[in-house]
Amino acid sequence: MDGPAHPRILVFSTTNISDPGIDLAGSRHLHYPASVFTLSVPCSSAIRPGWIVDALRHGFDGVFVAADGDECALLPDCNQRTARAVSLAQSRLTEEGLEPQRVTMAAICSVCAEPFVNHMREFAEKLAPLGPSAHAA
Amino acid sequence: MTERRIGVFICHCGGNISDYVDVAAVRDAVAELPGVAYAETAMFACSDGTQQEMVQRIEEEGLDGLVVASCSPKLHLTTFRGVSRRAGLNPFQYTQVNIREQCSWAHTDDRAAATEKATGLVRGAIARTAESDALVPRSVDTTAASLVVGGGVTGLRAAIGLADLGLDVHLVERGEELGGEVARLGRTFPDERYGRSMVDELIAEIGERPRVTVHTSTELAAKSGSFGNYDVTLASADGTSTTARVGSIVVATGAATYEPSPGEFGFGLTGVVTLEEFTRDLESRHGRLHFRGRPVRTVAYVYCVGSRQADGNEYCSKYCCSAAVHASVEAADLDPRVRQYHLYRDVRTYGRFELSYEESRRRGSTYLRYPDDDPPRVVPTEDGRLRVTVTDLLTESTELAIEADVVVLVTGLVPRENAELTSLLHLPVGSDGFYNEIHPKLRPVETVVDGVLIAGTCQSPKTIGESVASGMAAVTQSGAMLMRGVAELDPQVAVVDPDACTWCGACAAVCPYEAISRQELSGRPVAVVDPTGCKGCGGCVSYCESDAIDLLGNTDAQVRALIESMVEVPA
Repeated sequence: MDGPAHPRILVFSTTNISDPGIDLAGSRHLHYPASVFTLSVPCSSAIRPGWIVDALRHGFDGVFVAADGDECALLPDCNQRTARAVSLAQSRLTEEGLEPQRVTMAAICSVCAEPFVNHMREFAEKLAPLGPSAHAA
Repeated sequence: MTERRIGVFICHCGGNISDYVDVAAVRDAVAELPGVAYAETAMFACSDGTQQEMVQRIEEEGLDGLVVASCSPKLHLTTFRGVSRRAGLNPFQYTQVNIREQCSWAHTDDRAAATEKATGLVRGAIARTAESDALVPRSVDTTAASLVVGGGVTGLRAAIGLADLGLDVHLVERGEELGGEVARLGRTFPDERYGRSMVDELIAEIGERPRVTVHTSTELAAKSGSFGNYDVTLASADGTSTTARVGSIVVATGAATYEPSPGEFGFGLTGVVTLEEFTRDLESRHGRLHFRGRPVRTVAYVYCVGSRQADGNEYCSKYCCSAAVHASVEAADLDPRVRQYHLYRDVRTYGRFELSYEESRRRGSTYLRYPDDDPPRVVPTEDGRLRVTVTDLLTESTELAIEADVVVLVTGLVPRENAELTSLLHLPVGSDGFYNEIHPKLRPVETVVDGVLIAGTCQSPKTIGESVASGMAAVTQSGAMLMRGVAELDPQVAVVDPDACTWCGACAAVCPYEAISRQELSGRPVAVVDPTGCKGCGGCVSYCESDAIDLLGNTDAQVRALIESMVEVPA
């Protein structure tokens, strides 16, 4: 087995907001690359920068954080907190010689099926010229 | 570490999964992984038969972890946690993997790739489960009483509902009288009842229920304690205060009517009024429509005033189209000869209100659609009337001028100023200024603060019927939480490793719920999380420079194990 096709994308979603949006994309049979894997957390502010780096070291070519926008019931300022974690992760990637643009974030709401699918296609296109993550092979 | 004994069930979901994913191949790929003691496929994992088989397998095989690969956890997380519980397995050592909505259904065009992905997702879940700990919910005794904040129609109806469930109720109203905004409304659809009459009936019902204590001219001044047992201080305007212990708090503080700025659509000119003023002062004299003593032959309604504005309130206030349409029917009742023009952007008279919309058109109302970027203009005429100029999109953008006696500004709702209450109860405020529920459809009255519920127009603009319905949802939710007398708290909260903590205070500073405090341990300061105050968001985790905080259920070890095992990297 040589694993799913590139680019492999890890999506961090949130249990109450973006995960239902991603579920809806499937319920509507909207297609996106099967190399996209989703991992859900209660709130995107719970994502450790180290997890993002870890993903790019263990077979993923890109990390997409599906944030809550301003809908998060847990933390009104979770977007700023998540953005901070993402930029910390990007600095670490730069230090390790990996492209910071392998990490991105956007708000995905609980009915954002089409925007999610579009984000996945666009992100996959942006990652393609970068090739597999240097740590993957 | 001794090897885990994890059971894996992979669901066909009839064919919803197995038509697009080779479930047997997924089973074969994970069956020999370390920690897996049992792996099987199931036609319907959620069926009673399979649930019983799972219980049997967990008991016979001595399983200490369970992975079910099926649909979205939104559907069956609770189901399989129940299976775990019945089999004596800790429910938090069960992991649900979504291989339907997030795999088979999204990749119906590529069976090989979908199977590959499903295998990766299950492999990740097994690794995550192997790192899971048994978590035990904290059990708390609860008080059979509720506090309702706000004596409008939502709060009144909720207080009656709570009392009828057998809960004691404290109903707090900031104003001198109960009734809220609805008490000021004129005739309402569909029963043609006056707001005051509806409110009076509710107040009379309250009077018949000794379980309800009404506190007018009173505000919630302080709250302490935790879910199930909040101690609240109610401060009266006369300087006295009382305390009460309640299990839940229903916030029904309502919304305010948008107040147009001077000059906005001619606001301030004689005859330019809000919808509320129009319906209140409308009357018939000798069969002719009169407003504030003056005869009215022509009325122009301007919709979306204060709503759906790019540089103001961006949201739709939802009730105002129906209210304006209904007001025009009322005006036609008073005087069938009155000419009425509705200048709208989109008419949102959903559900039964559609009947009212039809009725208004049947009675002669004319609807003119104006462009979003070209709103109507209102100027006074020399003979003391008002000229409204509007571009009508439905007649090839013709510019029309209407001479009107009254211009009614159909104003929406705006959030109330309640900064103190918001901060006291840690209520989440959205960018529109209204309170945010956990999920508008799935958990529509709950906030992340256990036992603090929101209802009515403090959440978003609503009709009276919708407000009362959400109040009743808060009643049901309170009953579900409080009537057993004991409640369980989600154990998936943050914990601090005291050995790793060096107390810098960063975590405490970023916790909006004040759940983290500094405490002395063996003579040095460490951070301690109060598990009843923590909401389990994990927002503190990445602020810890020493990596001393973990979120139970999503620990560093669990998430890393998951991330590192989803994709098989060729050596």
